[in-house]
Amino acid sequence: MIALLVRDMRLAVRAGGGFGLSLAFFLIVVVLVPFGVGPEGDMLGRIAPGILWVGALLSCLLSLDRIFQLDFEDGSLDLLATAPIPMEGIVAVKALAHWLTTGLPLVIAGPLFGALLNMPPAGYFWVFVTLLLGTPALSVIGAFGAALTVGLKRGGLLLSLLVLPLYMPTLIFGAEAAARGIDGFDNATPLLMLAGITAAAIALLPFAAAAALRINIS
Amino acid sequence: MSLRLDVHDLTVARGGVPILEGLSFGLQAGEVLVLRGPNGSGKTTLLRTIAGLQPPMAGSVSLPPEAIAYGAHADGLKATLTVEENLTFWGKMHATDAVEDALTHFNLSALRSRAAQNLSAGQKRRLGLARLLVAGRPIWLLDEPTVSLDIASVALFAEAVRAHVGAGGAALIATHIDLGLEARVFDVGPFKARHDGPRAAHSAFDEALA
Repeated sequence: MIALLVRDMRLAVRAGGGFGLSLAFFLIVVVLVPFGVGPEGDMLGRIAPGILWVGALLSCLLSLDRIFQLDFEDGSLDLLATAPIPMEGIVAVKALAHWLTTGLPLVIAGPLFGALLNMPPAGYFWVFVTLLLGTPALSVIGAFGAALTVGLKRGGLLLSLLVLPLYMPTLIFGAEAAARGIDGFDNATPLLMLAGITAAAIALLPFAAAAALRINIS
Repeated sequence: MSLRLDVHDLTVARGGVPILEGLSFGLQAGEVLVLRGPNGSGKTTLLRTIAGLQPPMAGSVSLPPEAIAYGAHADGLKATLTVEENLTFWGKMHATDAVEDALTHFNLSALRSRAAQNLSAGQKRRLGLARLLVAGRPIWLLDEPTVSLDIASVALFAEAVRAHVGAGGAALIATHIDLGLEARVFDVGPFKARHDGPRAAHSAFDEALA
């Protein structure tokens, strides 16, 4: 399993891999927002956590179809299916690899990019914490969507349409928890909901994704 | 070890349409069985069904668990990984330690640090076949394994199969060329499914109207 994780990370970092793409897209979104909404510091500071969350979510979406599509096309997925590791384990490891190469950089970059949006000081902590709790769910839900659409040519559009509604709860509770934290209110409830969604996604979706993959490769 | 693959009254389907039906054959340790049949006759579908990648439409396949190494048309190579990294990955997945042997056997040692994207078609194929040695599974299911191989490489491959069955393995190979192996031949031609599904439904409909 570790071999698969190492391979996926190595592929992402090598030339032609997806590493850096999501991060660059995230930076572009954050840089463009002040041009779009105007340079008033108060307003930017107020919407900063929401912008960071939307940006992180869209960046994550960008790299989802790589999770299984490339392995499907070059035949590796068939070979992985006959390997000793159960399909559920393969899904979980590939989702973890996706999080480490996409989600984790976003978690680290989120607070830094907040500086570009004049985010209040408390925001650095809360954006970091909420992204850390929420992005694993984005990767696992995304892996499920990628598994559903893996056999389709140009499945990217369908993947986005399938996955976006599933991302909504994570976005709502994540941005809400960050905004409340910045304003100094009690944000335990949205934080717990966010963590709960992530925990449920990690526990359940690898099984659903594995079932979808088995159907799609047959 | 009672290594035995049994296929009993198997019907395989592609896209929900049966293409081969009533297949029954067995394969035991030390045997090579060559599948013959024209293009599109369902050899690949049969191999995928035996490998467990798709469910049979009817009948059964019985084999020991985790016995299959499947070699498909696609080699499953990662273009940006080197020859050695590709093989080492599969070695770790199967918890075996045969990378060096496989590299040597398929004459890939000199190419070990070259990225797979810079290999020729024949070299890629050899790397794909070297994976079989690394997987360490007793039953090989091979789908046109000699495509894009030159004569010398075909001989290397035949040698690998011979060594494998000599060591108590077995191989089921769909191929059109003579590998020079002592092998039984199984022609899938006579098992072509009759496409009478829709017609049968139609006559039942007529009966209902009559």
